[in-house]
Order: sequence, then structure tokens, then C-alpha cells
Amino acid sequence: MEMILVVDHEKCTGCRACEMVCSVKHTGVNNPTRSRINVIKWPMEGFDLPMLCQQCEEAPCIAVCPKDALSQDLVLGRVTLNYDLCIGCKMCVTACPFGGMGIDTVVQRVIKCDLCDGDPTCVRFCDPGALQYVPASTVNLMKKRDAGWKFSELMKKSSLISSNE
Amino acid sequence: MALNRKIAYIDLTTGEFKTAPIPIEMRELYLGGRGLDMYLLYNHIEPGVDPLGPDNVLTVSAGLLGATLASASTRTHIGAKSPLTGFIGSSNMGGYFAPELRWAGFDHLVIKGKAESPSYLWIHNGEIEIRDASDVWGENVFDTQELIRQELGDPEVKVLCIGIAGENMVRYANVMTGMKDAAGRSGMGAVMGSKNLKAIAVRGTMDLEIRFPEQALEYNQSLIEHISSTKFAKIMQKWGTMFIYGVTNTTGLVRVRNFQLNQQVGGNIECEHIEKYALGTEGCYGCIIHCRHKYQIREGPHAGIYGQGPEYTSQGAFGMEVGCNEFETVLVANHLVNKYGLDTLETGSMIAWAMELYEKGILTDEDTGNLKLEWGNDEVVLEMIKLIAERKGLGDILAEGPLRAAKKIGKDSIKYLIHVKGMSNLHSDERPTPSLALGIATGSRGSDHLRSRPAIDLYHLPQELLRKIYGGPKPYDGPLSSDYTSYEGKPRMVLWQEMMYEAIDSVGVCKFHSIFLSPNLIAFEELSKLIYYNTGLEFTPEEIWDIADRAYTIERLFNIREGLTREHDWLVDRYFDEPTPVGLPIVRNKSIDREKFKQMIDEYYEMHGWDENGVPRPETLEKLGLDAEPSHKL
Repeated sequence: MEMILVVDHEKCTGCRACEMVCSVKHTGVNNPTRSRINVIKWPMEGFDLPMLCQQCEEAPCIAVCPKDALSQDLVLGRVTLNYDLCIGCKMCVTACPFGGMGIDTVVQRVIKCDLCDGDPTCVRFCDPGALQYVPASTVNLMKKRDAGWKFSELMKKSSLISSNE
Repeated sequence: MALNRKIAYIDLTTGEFKTAPIPIEMRELYLGGRGLDMYLLYNHIEPGVDPLGPDNVLTVSAGLLGATLASASTRTHIGAKSPLTGFIGSSNMGGYFAPELRWAGFDHLVIKGKAESPSYLWIHNGEIEIRDASDVWGENVFDTQELIRQELGDPEVKVLCIGIAGENMVRYANVMTGMKDAAGRSGMGAVMGSKNLKAIAVRGTMDLEIRFPEQALEYNQSLIEHISSTKFAKIMQKWGTMFIYGVTNTTGLVRVRNFQLNQQVGGNIECEHIEKYALGTEGCYGCIIHCRHKYQIREGPHAGIYGQGPEYTSQGAFGMEVGCNEFETVLVANHLVNKYGLDTLETGSMIAWAMELYEKGILTDEDTGNLKLEWGNDEVVLEMIKLIAERKGLGDILAEGPLRAAKKIGKDSIKYLIHVKGMSNLHSDERPTPSLALGIATGSRGSDHLRSRPAIDLYHLPQELLRKIYGGPKPYDGPLSSDYTSYEGKPRMVLWQEMMYEAIDSVGVCKFHSIFLSPNLIAFEELSKLIYYNTGLEFTPEEIWDIADRAYTIERLFNIREGLTREHDWLVDRYFDEPTPVGLPIVRNKSIDREKFKQMIDEYYEMHGWDENGVPRPETLEKLGLDAEPSHKL
């Protein structure tokens, strides 16, 4: 079953635990610049948004890679990076519209989210549930339920008002 | 490694600085954060210096576990000689500053001297620059941070700064980062202001090594799962510290109208009111508790005000203490104190005290500039906050803090102060709770609930659980009463919490993860494992206690060197002479018994190995390795 990592920014508290565990998991050190996920924060407005590779179907990074180092992994529903083929040209970094491709300046290579091979560490540590790893086929069902819940609350309230009248 | 972060000595007078490694043996003695800061202050501050003069020393630090795999490993500690008390100044804050400081290569900054003109420090990947801050001098806390980020051209820069209250050296000005993270207590912002130091900006991209990454991840996950499963975490995630109001006000453990009542009647300031204004919650670095709300006032005269919080402290400062019943007043006041950079607690307490003086006729319209300082006069409270920050009119006197203001106002004004060592008390009423009273009387930085408060004493916990918590890691088989109105066994609880808070402040983890408001959270055992997995340093729980004991004792030595005596570990007369008028039967008609309280203090000193004057005995100093201090090793 194809799984997808989804972000619900309304649940994000901006704590950056995802960055911390991503960095430690992949590099053994805590360095947010080496994390595959980053929380973009507007500290004075209180808005937080985790950003990471969207694992695009028509991925610009795959399209521009001159060495076919990037490819679709249909099993895990991700774009994978084969370091044996990568020449470090960074065209993928330029092409990605989300900043999903980063550069680890310590080991001097391109980095991206690999979904921790199907068990994303960031999701395990996201206590508020802003990051979730769910079946791709039902991802919209989840959103429908959330939106439906808000709608139902509103309807209940309005029917309560009219019955009170 | 997490252990290779450096210490930087910065002289603002000469503009010179040097850096040095922090030897492992200093970690073994003090861990880092507050603990090591206390060593540094004792070693670098000459006795008797003017806290607002260039010879005072300001320390800024990250804890030993800063930015490691320990939830909320994010506290920044700030220390100096306090301009409020003249004793040890020490305060810490959440947010994102300390992790960034570590990524920039530093754990401790020791700042001396005074810059010739307004300046800020720019610290990035091992580099330190002193930069001109004349463009941001006079700006509020929120704008200062944004302007500095713009100037440096990097939105990821973290800034701690002072507002106009710090610039004006209000003796309880705080240091802030973000919208609400404040090192509030003991006037550290005034010390920055006195040094012409507007801000410290940091940015770092250096690796912070985790000693055993796999085990640290695994252990952290198990701790997070445990913490988030507790009722405490669930309540905090929803309501923040504001939930406490429901418990303490219902019981009658708060101070209302300065100290006239111990229960607020007709207050509309319960935590539930936040729902109308909340835009969600925000967490500090790596924290699962995310206890602060983001809020906005959408309509009315204060429409448009955006802030974060408020804490229980602000409910007390701008609700109960000043007799205001409106939640919105708390929200606006919280926004204002953060914007100006004032300690919310001290500000509210000073205004409440002035209101009582006005009621008693000690302050007149002439003194207040025709401000009607009447209980519950919301607009006057908000105006007073501004006057204090700007040091205008009566605000200039109140800006001096409790004892100095009382001296200026004269008459009987000192009789109405609720303070210890010249620092105002939280809006809690400790008359029915001897353990909490002992904590505020003996706290090293003055009247304070974050130095040693055994808050769980209020839960009437069963004996077995109290024994499990307070019986270790150093053996104790004396009494431990479950009754919070009892005097029995309470010195042990205070001592234990003192050690717990010293340890957690030294590793830089938030107290809300330790045994403070819940008995089910982490303590010495868990700290021992966290330190080992993250840094490789091995300490038994007993050894962590010893380290905390050493640091707390050095705070005591600092205070004694500045003239502290046994008389300073005492409460104001009202605690003994005026019984609580209202509240549940268990707390009603309660006052502290002088004789029993004196015995408690004797017992507390004895447990510390201090003599009857509260001075550490030579053998205690020897045991803790403090007999040769100051040793000037760092």
C-alpha cells in the first residue's frame, strides 16, 4: 500500500522536534541544516510550517538529473537518490520548487527525505500529530473528515440556535 | 561532541574577547547552564560591586543537554548580580536561543564592562562581533528582534534582547526572546541595559554530536510517550499554566488585592476564556508540552493585539493581585509587559502594592499624578505598566523595586510589601502551606516559586508515593507528611526540589518535564540516563544530586559574600500576623507560626550542612569541594 507523509500545519506547534530527530537519525548529530525536514517559522506571527520533499509524481529533480541518480520508488511512493550515480551537480536543488533537495555541507552531498525507508522518524516524534504517515488512497478522506467535522459543528450550532428560537 | 562547546569572555568596555574550552572536570562539577553560571558568577564578580555598574558580570548560557534528544532541551540561563536584591541574579527562559547558541559553538558567555554606545553581540559559528545597536535602541522587544534579523539578512537568526524597560534600567526588567519567552526574574534586563547591551543575536550551523544517537532516540521516545500520557501534559497542552488558577483560587491559595484576600470572587479570568482569543498553541524547541497559546484580541478598544501566553503568573499579576476581573485585561497587560520587557510578576506586584498604599492614603492623587489607583481599575493598571517601563511619574519610583520604592515613599509603605530579599512574591498565598512558605523564604534569588517549590505537596499524595519521590536519591527516612498544612517533613521536600530544579536548570531542560507540577515526571534517575545517552558522561542519580548541591551552595556563598544573613531567610510580618480570611475550611484562618517556622529553617539549614546562621560549615564546603572557591579555573 502506498503511504504518504502529510503535513497538517494547523497542528504544528513549531517545536522543531522533527528536525532534531531527522538530523540525528541520518547523521548522528543534531544540526538542523543537515535535517531533511525544516520547520519554517514566522516567530512574530506565530505561524509554523514543516517543509520537506513532496515526493512528486512528475518530479522536477528527476527531470533535471543528468545521471538518472534520482528515480521513482513505486513501492514506497518516494523519489530516491542513488549516491553511486549522483555527481553532485545540484541541478535538483535548483529545480525543486519546495526546497526539498538540500545540501549537507559536512559530507558535501545532496540530501532529501527518504521517508526513513517506510518508518519516518519525524512522524514518530511529532506528538501533536502535525506529521502523519497515511495510506495515499485515503489521505483525502482524512481531510474530508476534518472539514466535515467543522461543518457538522457549525450545523449543530445553527440548528441549536433555530430550535432555541 | 555536545561537550566541545566553548566559553567566551567578552569585555564590552575594550571590545576584546577570548574563548576557551570548557574542561570536562568543570562539567563533572557543575554540568552547565545555571550550575556552571553560578560558579562563573562567584569567580568573576568582585564582592560589593554595583549591579548596574560596569563591574557586574552577565552570564548567558545553554544547558549541558541543550539541543540534545531530551524534550524541551532549550532553556537559556542568564545570571548576574541582581539589581533588585543585591544577591544572586538568575533567570532562565524557553524559546529557541540556547540551541542556536550551541550550533554557533558556545555554551557560556561571560560579559563584562560597558559598551560606549548602544551595542549588540552577533555570534555565529565561532565568531563574535560587537555591533552598533543605535538603530534599535528605543525599539520594543518584538521589533528589535525583527530589525536585527533584517539587518543581518537571515530570518533564522535568534535574538535575545531587552525592551525599553531594560534600557531604562527598571530593576526588574527582563530579557526576552520571541513573543513571550522571558528570563523574567531578578532584573537581568536592567543589567544588560546598564551595559548598553541591547541584544545578543546568534546563528549557527555547527554539528552538535549526540554520543549514542540510536539509544538517545529510543530513550527520548519512551520518555515522550510517558510524559504525553500523563494527565498533567494533556491539561498543559490544552490550557497552559492557566489551569492552575482553577485549583488555587477555588481552594483559596492566591493573593488578591495585594494580600488582603486569598480568593478572588467574581473574576472572569479562568483558563477557558482563552478559547475566545486563541489561535493555537506554540512549543519551545523540541517540546511536546507546547504550553503557550497564540492569541489575538479581535474586537473592542484593544483589537489587533497579538501575543503569546499568558501564564498563570500574568493571571495573578494583572487579575487577582490588582483586583481586575477581566480576562482581556490580563491579555493586554501580558502583551505590554512583554513588549516593554518587564517581569510580569514583579510589575503586577508593584502595582498591587501601590494600590494598597493608595487605599490606605499613603499614596495620594498628588503622588500618582491623579491616577486613581483603585482595585480593579483596568485602564490604570495598563497605564501604570507603561509608566514603569518609561520611568515616568510614580512609575519611576515603582521601577526601583520593592525595598527602594518603599524607602522613597516612606511612611508605613514597607508594611504592605509582600517580598523576600527585596523580590516580590508570586501571587500565591503561602500562609496555609508551610512547605511553600519555607521555599519562598529561603530561595537564593529571593521570593520565588521556581527555586524550590514542592508544588505537589498540594495534592495530598499518599505516603508511599511521597516516600518514593522524596526518599531518594540521597537516603531520607525522616517524616513526610501528606498534609500540606503540616510543618512535618517539609524541609526535606524543599531541599529535594531545590536539587531537582538546580539539576534541571543546569542541563537546560524545562521544569515542566520534571517533578514540579506533577509527581509523574522525570527526576534524577531519568536525568542520569539522558545525560549518558546524549553526552556519554556517566553520573549516578546521587552524583547529580551532589552536583546540584554544590551549585546551590555556591549560590549561598555568593549571597553570604554580599551580606546575606539568617534574617533574609524570613517572611514579612503579614504571613504571621494576619490569618487568611477566606477559602476552603482547610486553608481558612491560617497563618504561619513563627516558632514552628523558625524550627523548619533550623531543620532546613541542618539538612544542607549549614550552621544556625545559614552559613555552610567548613566540612560541608570540603565535602562539596568548595573549600578553595573562588578557584578561578574558568
